[in-house]
Amino acid sequence: MTDNNRTEIRTTMSTTFDYLDRLEAEAIHILREVAGQFERPALLFSGGKDSIVLTRLAEKAFRPGRFPFPLVHVDTGHNFPEVLQYRDQLAAQLGEKLVVRKVEDTIRRQRLREPGGKYPSRNPLQTYTLLEVIEEFEFDACIGGARRDEEKARAKERIFSVRDEFGQWDPKRQRPELWNIYNGRIQKGENVRVFPISNWTELDVWRYIQRENIPLPDIYFGHERTCVVLPSGQLLGLTEHLQLDDEDEIVTRQVRFRTVGDSTCTAAVESDARTVEDIIQDLLLAKVSERGATRLDDNISEAGMEDRKRNGYF
Amino acid sequence: MDLLRFITCGSVDDGKSTLIGRLLYDSESVSLDVLAALEKRQASNGTVDLALLTDGLRAEREQGITIDVAYKYFTTPRRKFIITDAPGHVQYTRNMVTGASNADLAIVLVDARQGVIEQTRRHTLIAALLGIRHFVLAVNKMDLVNYDEAVFARIATDYAELTNHFHLPAATAIPLSALQGDNVVKPSQHLPWYTGPSLLQHLESVPGAQETEAAPRFQVQYVIRPQTPELPDYRGYAGQILSGQYRRGQRVRVLPSGLESKIEAIEVNQQEVETAVAPQAVVIRLRDDVDVSRGDALVPAGPEEPTLTRELEATLCWMSEQPLWPGRKLLVQHHSALSKAAVSAILYKVNVQTFARVHTEQAQLNDIVRVRLKTALPLAVDHYTDNRTTGSFILVDELTGDTLAAGLVEAANSEYFTAPVAPPVAFSI
Repeated sequence: MTDNNRTEIRTTMSTTFDYLDRLEAEAIHILREVAGQFERPALLFSGGKDSIVLTRLAEKAFRPGRFPFPLVHVDTGHNFPEVLQYRDQLAAQLGEKLVVRKVEDTIRRQRLREPGGKYPSRNPLQTYTLLEVIEEFEFDACIGGARRDEEKARAKERIFSVRDEFGQWDPKRQRPELWNIYNGRIQKGENVRVFPISNWTELDVWRYIQRENIPLPDIYFGHERTCVVLPSGQLLGLTEHLQLDDEDEIVTRQVRFRTVGDSTCTAAVESDARTVEDIIQDLLLAKVSERGATRLDDNISEAGMEDRKRNGYF
Repeated sequence: MDLLRFITCGSVDDGKSTLIGRLLYDSESVSLDVLAALEKRQASNGTVDLALLTDGLRAEREQGITIDVAYKYFTTPRRKFIITDAPGHVQYTRNMVTGASNADLAIVLVDARQGVIEQTRRHTLIAALLGIRHFVLAVNKMDLVNYDEAVFARIATDYAELTNHFHLPAATAIPLSALQGDNVVKPSQHLPWYTGPSLLQHLESVPGAQETEAAPRFQVQYVIRPQTPELPDYRGYAGQILSGQYRRGQRVRVLPSGLESKIEAIEVNQQEVETAVAPQAVVIRLRDDVDVSRGDALVPAGPEEPTLTRELEATLCWMSEQPLWPGRKLLVQHHSALSKAAVSAILYKVNVQTFARVHTEQAQLNDIVRVRLKTALPLAVDHYTDNRTTGSFILVDELTGDTLAAGLVEAANSEYFTAPVAPPVAFSI
């Protein structure tokens, strides 16, 4: 049975698309399904590279029309100023509606306790603000830039992921997702999280940014920054939110950020990459995965992400 | 560089997760921190458990089995790969169907000590049923049979008999040991009698998806109407070319309405193009102001048109804990088209161990059944074996919104409908 096949080496046909073309077509298809199936969708925009790529894909999906959804930013109050500036510029340039809701206001309204400690991350509190904004606008679908390659629990999540009214994800109750058919039918109170770039890796995102010549916030590129050295050896950009003491080692290094979450829990990596091409070369050599390099909260327990997703985290 | 999606199937102890772990590990797709997390949990004998690279959810770590479909990615200089890891045991067939629906190739894993077993047959049938045309029979754990060529040859022959008997696509058989790393990425000195490619070499050379070869199909997902002073009358039909090729000036028919028009323009990212092919996402504008909305198909008028029908015969994989009974009302989602529907008859159930047709009153979770379906609105469908996209649909619970079944169009013209009670004959694809 195998002898014939063994010697036969077939080359791929010239009609075969580049994998980036396929990933792009899939993502545009998903965005249009959201527009076709939901009444009040939203695009969750963090100012990070993944959500920036989503806005480019949305342009390809809906121009010359307007986006059928606003951009929604949950502002932790610990964001990098460069990112906020970029966000406002991009929204103005796209001519699309931007909704900003602040974690600070949620803390006040719901009398939540601010996280304490040396590195007070508001990441866990984002969930509360997200649920508030979903309720306020009655969003039935929230589009996000999460990718399956980021983490083991994400590797199992559907592209259309149904959440209950508390935003909870139940991995055992996931709908089977067949072919490229996306089932967004929900009951009252439920909503769907949609991840159009599920099948992209970090490298794919960077190659797409390069191909499309997408501008990014400066902090993605190598720059000089004053940082605190964490016990793990990771570098954290110095901000007024950190509770430092005399024993902390403060250094100035040439760094860049691989993700741009809350500044109190997003570590910098040493790099003098100036261009997207430099970053791609960095990544090809890098031996540490994106979340491992930069997210402090995932290292807490091996099941960290799974727990937070069950609780409504994006 | 192109893309290949493949699914791995095997039973619980065939070493599927270890095989995927080995592919990722030996192709240097595992980063240091992930390795460090693995080493923290390493076995007492000091070896790293590669299966932990794919067994993501806590319940799985506790039970030591994979309970849901997981996706993994790796890239070689020749290709980007998307691996769908589907669970092995019987009660999770629906996940295997889910994984197979998107795959170009299936790796059917067998334990060299056990050979072809019932689950091998089951997985092979499901993968073939879902239209996979490239199969690899991965004979794993060769280290535990002393890398014996005779053992491998016997299993390859057994499997060839199975595929021949049921007219399934032929497989490429490859001996390997995922645990020891023999012949997964690199050829192994333990298998001097084997002169074929390693598993990865084979995966790099198999043809990928070829949707451009099928008849032209396009479905409208969303209508773009800017209604701005600059573009007061613009109407663009946004969608993905599902198969084949479209060109400017082409005569097309709108289904289900049947109205005809010509393609005025095809836009990709706001640039007009002469031709576009699957799987490109495009906007099509028509010359005439005909009524077109979401779910409508635009197809070339003529002999290659799909069948427009309110009644069809389909194979279902039933995925709900609530059984299906004849007469059940539900929704059919045919990509962007949605209609009320009813299963008017269950013709037979496929026994996936023997591939025999058996009479049944109801379909239970994980059953594969042949049914007749009536729809409220006409659907433009193709036979699944001709077109995996326009020949597929899902059934949805009208109240809960849950996905109840995967559906494959087998016949769309009542002339070709089979008799309701089928005799117990061999099932063929």
